[in-house]
Amino acid sequence: MRPRNQDIGPEKIDLQMTPMIDIVFQLLIFFIMTFKIVAQEGDFSIKMPQKPSAGPPNPNQLPPIQVRLSSDANGNLTSIQVGQRSLGRDFGALRAEILGIIGNERGPGSIAENTEVELDCDYNLNYEYVIDAITHVSGYTQDGKVFKMLEKIKFARQRPPA
Amino acid sequence: MRIRPTRDDLGNAEGDMTPMIDMTFQLIAFFMVIINFSEAEVSEAVQLPASQLAQPPEIPPEHLLTLQLTADGNIILGGQSMTMEQIGGALSRERQLFQLSNTSLAEVTVVVRADRRAKTGVVQELISKCQDTGFERYALRAEQATAD
Repeated sequence: MRPRNQDIGPEKIDLQMTPMIDIVFQLLIFFIMTFKIVAQEGDFSIKMPQKPSAGPPNPNQLPPIQVRLSSDANGNLTSIQVGQRSLGRDFGALRAEILGIIGNERGPGSIAENTEVELDCDYNLNYEYVIDAITHVSGYTQDGKVFKMLEKIKFARQRPPA
Repeated sequence: MRIRPTRDDLGNAEGDMTPMIDMTFQLIAFFMVIINFSEAEVSEAVQLPASQLAQPPEIPPEHLLTLQLTADGNIILGGQSMTMEQIGGALSRERQLFQLSNTSLAEVTVVVRADRRAKTGVVQELISKCQDTGFERYALRAEQATAD
């Protein structure tokens, strides 16, 4: 028996674009609505055990550099002090001061490795200034490279609310 | 003359599901690639301070406890907002959980995500509460800023 559709040529297939376009538009709207640029986050490590470690103290450990950050009642930074030396509100000067103390030597046994910074902050000081101070004592960037300075950072005893 | 639709024309009205399925698979693949499996706790209420040197750690700490501090002094732990007076009890519970999983508190890093306008004294109080509970390592979190 002869097949019925033998003389019919190849069928034209119509591509249904509607569902695909529907989904593409839904996808587009979804991404437009949920698009959000998320900045990367990073950490500054500080080690602050309540009791000093039980092991023998490091004989090379140098006394900590005292950095005092003062603020007004609104939390704005009013002055930075390293030891007895006042630096105004200039974090660049803080970095230069620290670099002057620790020199350019890095690595095991260097002054930088054995020096600690103790941050003594007013109660009301806005936290962003603390991060600024930590940034300026812990290193700097030059031509996209990070140069580390001090890694040991701790807080001094908390000051009472003004 | 009026042309009536033939039987073959009616048969072509059936929708082709292939493109839709293609797109659906692409969508699934896309979400599988971009989905963030990290259990980072991020609250919209906290605006982190910015720092050029804040870079994600190369080896993320294994044991984390994230504490978020808002500008008005509220602390968010595990999605729950609490005051400084309540945090002591919550930290004790966290300590018990770590002890149950045989994790020493010295291995736990407490991530402090404090708002840029939070008072430093309050941040220190929070760290002091953690010290009282027995935590030793802290990570002050900041947002990565572009170079000047």
